[in-house]
Amino acid sequence: MGEAKVVITFETTTQAMAWERACKEHGLPGRLIPMPVVISANCGLAWLASPEDRDVLLRWAEELALRYDQIVEMEMG
Amino acid sequence: MIYLDQAATSFPKPEGVAQAVACALSNVGSSGRGGHELSLAASRLVFQARLAAAEFFGCSDPSRFAFTANATESLNTALFGLLEPGDHVITTAQEHNSVLRPLFRLARRGVELSIVPVDGRGVVDLAGMRRALRPATRAVVVTHGSNLTGNVLDLDWIMAFCREHGLLLIVDAAQTAGWYPYHLDEQPIDILCFTGHKALYGPQGVGGLYVRPGLEVRPLKVGGSGIHTFSREHPQEMPEALEAGTLNTPGIAGLLAGISYVQRQGLEAIRRKEAELTSFFYQEVREIPGVVVYGDFTASERLPIVAVNIREVDSSVVSACLAERGICTRSGGHCAPLLHEALGTREQGAVRFSFGHLNTQEELAAALQALRTLAREDGGKGYGRGQGRDHL
Repeated sequence: MGEAKVVITFETTTQAMAWERACKEHGLPGRLIPMPVVISANCGLAWLASPEDRDVLLRWAEELALRYDQIVEMEMG
Repeated sequence: MIYLDQAATSFPKPEGVAQAVACALSNVGSSGRGGHELSLAASRLVFQARLAAAEFFGCSDPSRFAFTANATESLNTALFGLLEPGDHVITTAQEHNSVLRPLFRLARRGVELSIVPVDGRGVVDLAGMRRALRPATRAVVVTHGSNLTGNVLDLDWIMAFCREHGLLLIVDAAQTAGWYPYHLDEQPIDILCFTGHKALYGPQGVGGLYVRPGLEVRPLKVGGSGIHTFSREHPQEMPEALEAGTLNTPGIAGLLAGISYVQRQGLEAIRRKEAELTSFFYQEVREIPGVVVYGDFTASERLPIVAVNIREVDSSVVSACLAERGICTRSGGHCAPLLHEALGTREQGAVRFSFGHLNTQEELAAALQALRTLAREDGGKGYGRGQGRDHL
């Protein structure tokens, strides 16, 4: 069994960059990773965080009007 | 050397631009092409440049800025990506070929074109836009500032005209980006096309375009995007929709340094210095016997450009003679064929002096002195190797 994670995906690299910048500015947890193929084989970037950080990330996303594509909870080895 | 060809490309570049390009070459990978450190460093750098461009042009959404190779690519993207057969477009006779040639090609494909004339000083007859209006009119495409005369269009009038008639406004800001204070969040400009290597002080080979939120532009190029690999269609989301292929990250790094430089100097300070230089040069050059000056110098604002001729002398002869004296100017047609025809200089061309805020009055005085000497030598006799317009 892997560790439970939250993966937030983006439509564009620019969205991922805006997300990362906002998270750094506001001290929010997580980091950019290559898009996990199990979510999408379409390349791109995703934000990896712990499940317990999901709510705070989404609150800030709404507050800062940050754009993203999907939020996926998954086990990662 | 005295460099007075700033409208072609700014020179020298400010300190920091070359270093930024070199730093990117040495320290970053390919933007949007993976999650490793070098790729992320490139993506972050490009995003930082997008933020800087958005802030500089008064836009709150950096995703509306796509990077291109230059203003020509931006204009081709906008024009071919928006206009359809049956659309009618209004443009002006002061346009550069980067606007005219795409429009002429589109005209062969069924786009209707009206070209608003200019007067003998190269001033666009804005009322001609009203006369050109048709039910099928879809867009107005204008060069904000002429690269030949330095004349600047009344953008407020054109924006109001486009808004009144529901027309798209596409602005060629090749000469005005880095000179005019755009506020795109407030201004009804649908597309703004710019290059990085003129008044933004970046390197050659990088430019961009702003696309107003809600407006979709069909990409000129499709291909690698770093996202949506298995889709047969290129991504539609801005800015990646208009950025097929690997970006010129080192160039974008240089553009970022150039924009930062302009912001540190302040647009107003740059404009003031350039206006002083232009006024000084104009007041002196118009007094030289035999010199003809083109453009409207009664306008409240103009670009730092003064185009002249010496009587009937081939402009290339004059420019070559100036070059022999270490003075860099641009002769010929300046890719502005209709404007030259209107000025009556199709055959002769014109000698364009264009200034930047880093030029000095002493440099301009030396150029003026050289021009006085050439003008005294009457029609090119004794100019360097040449014997006038027929013998260069």
